Amino acid sequence: MERYYQPEIECASREQIKAWQDERLVKQVRHVWDNVPYYRKKMEEKGLTPDDIRSSDDLYKLPFVTKADLREAYPYGLVAKPLKECVRIQSTSGTTGKRVVAFYTQHDIDLWEDCCARAIMAAGGTDEDVCQVSYGYGLFTGGPGLNGGSHKVGCLTIPTSSGNTERQIMFIQDLNATILCCTPSYAAYIGETMKEMGLAPEQIPLKAGIFGAEAWSEEMRQDIQNTLGIKAYDIYGLTELSGPGVSFECSAQSGMHINEDHFIAEIIDPDTGEVLPEGSKGELVFTSITKEAFPLLRYRTRDICMLTREKCSCGRTHVKMCKPMGRSDDMLIIRGVNVFPSQIETVLLNHGYPANYQIVVDRVKSTDTLDVQVEMTPEMFTDNMGEIDRRQRELVDGLRSMLGLAAKVTLVAPKSIVRSEGKAVRVIDKRKI
Amino acid sequence: MSIKQISVFLENVPGALYAMTGVLAQNKIDMRAFTLAEASDFGIARIIVDDLYKTTTVLKDAGYVHSISDVLGVVIPDSPGGLNRVLQALTDAQVNVEYMYVFLGHKTTGSAYMIFKVADIAAASAALAARGIRTIEQEELEKL
Repeated sequence: MERYYQPEIECASREQIKAWQDERLVKQVRHVWDNVPYYRKKMEEKGLTPDDIRSSDDLYKLPFVTKADLREAYPYGLVAKPLKECVRIQSTSGTTGKRVVAFYTQHDIDLWEDCCARAIMAAGGTDEDVCQVSYGYGLFTGGPGLNGGSHKVGCLTIPTSSGNTERQIMFIQDLNATILCCTPSYAAYIGETMKEMGLAPEQIPLKAGIFGAEAWSEEMRQDIQNTLGIKAYDIYGLTELSGPGVSFECSAQSGMHINEDHFIAEIIDPDTGEVLPEGSKGELVFTSITKEAFPLLRYRTRDICMLTREKCSCGRTHVKMCKPMGRSDDMLIIRGVNVFPSQIETVLLNHGYPANYQIVVDRVKSTDTLDVQVEMTPEMFTDNMGEIDRRQRELVDGLRSMLGLAAKVTLVAPKSIVRSEGKAVRVIDKRKI
Repeated sequence: MSIKQISVFLENVPGALYAMTGVLAQNKIDMRAFTLAEASDFGIARIIVDDLYKTTTVLKDAGYVHSISDVLGVVIPDSPGGLNRVLQALTDAQVNVEYMYVFLGHKTTGSAYMIFKVADIAAASAALAARGIRTIEQEELEKL
């Protein structure tokens, strides 16, 4: 039997959903116009006033918001509530030096946790369940989001956070965890470790997993389901919008329902910005219509995606998005951390290395690896092995502080990185996602 | 008082060393001494050759990154205690030896040759000279 956290919302008629979106968008546009000079200026530049937005049909008129806007407005430029009304920040991993810092009122957190609760119940969770949250806690939204959702459902929540796999497995076993929330690669790693310990799927109490924050394939889903003996559900979200739970999978396991009472999704042509008809492949754009502290209008996710409003077997009526099929920029997601090649380039240049580099991303034993290959130059070369080693370690440290991620640095022979005619091939992603 | 050593950057992959010796062979360069230092993903080939200018030119043309450093070529009597005497002199002069390796002379002279990379080449030369220990010059390399 399909379970819902908020059935009257999740299974509302399309007309009802449209009515919510119309009303909330109009209100949201007025809210940012009144409270965020940055938005007002952007709207004025397009000759718009709040009166031009009378329903969600007028959404296309509004200017886009991009990651560059978030950087420019950092830290407070897009905050739409007095800070005394804000109760929390969450943050993404570093993007070219500056992180994205998102603000929440208590109401924002409430709604975010509702979204996560919907995801947990869609995965079959109830107040009888024991939910182990193995996403990182802290600035990263994964842990806090699912933790809150788990509380709302009434699950017994185990906030293990990420890491210490032996302890993760001990809690799953000893406390009979039935739902696991983490990144898919960590789920696969936990599964492999349990297999090595000689545990058969039927000896593992888990029945479902909610896995997100990075791309994963259907094959990986099958592997995780088989080793852990569970059903594995995808969840999607962005810190900029709230965190995990912007959309989530249901029992149909074929696409993620977007919480349309909170977010309006559009698919656009990434080159022209034109809105594409339903079923087209393009860049996913979100407008948060209930967020108080950090509302985003037409935020360009850079995720390439498709939407479908086909009737779903689970009974939910909210639009479904497919797994993101790629990026319209060059961002990589490595171990759940957003990485732009430009960040790596910045570190290399700061350390006196040339811009001839290649980034090799692979997945070894379910863990993403990042290898930055740099060409040795006459200027960098010395007969002193210790000196080369010291510089290499400095570069590794520089990359870690920029990316928040351990990377390997490999020195390669001069001219060994292939020069291409046009755009340099900077990234080799060997992961089979 | 010193001789020139060429250090060549090599990737730590199969065939890297072979490719470099191939370049030297094709250009008929005679290596007099050779040693390899390795880290996990790269290595440094250190060579002493008969023709420094020609070698650096062909390496550069073949795309190798290299550097030149001054090292000592020390003549060591081929008898027990020979090396010990050299090290004694350097120790007394407080000169640090960074690394050393054997030199392949191809004439039977009753002496062995060793290459010393030291922290202070002037101090080391003086200390060795004071004990009557001979070091070889660049011009001598061809004859050895």
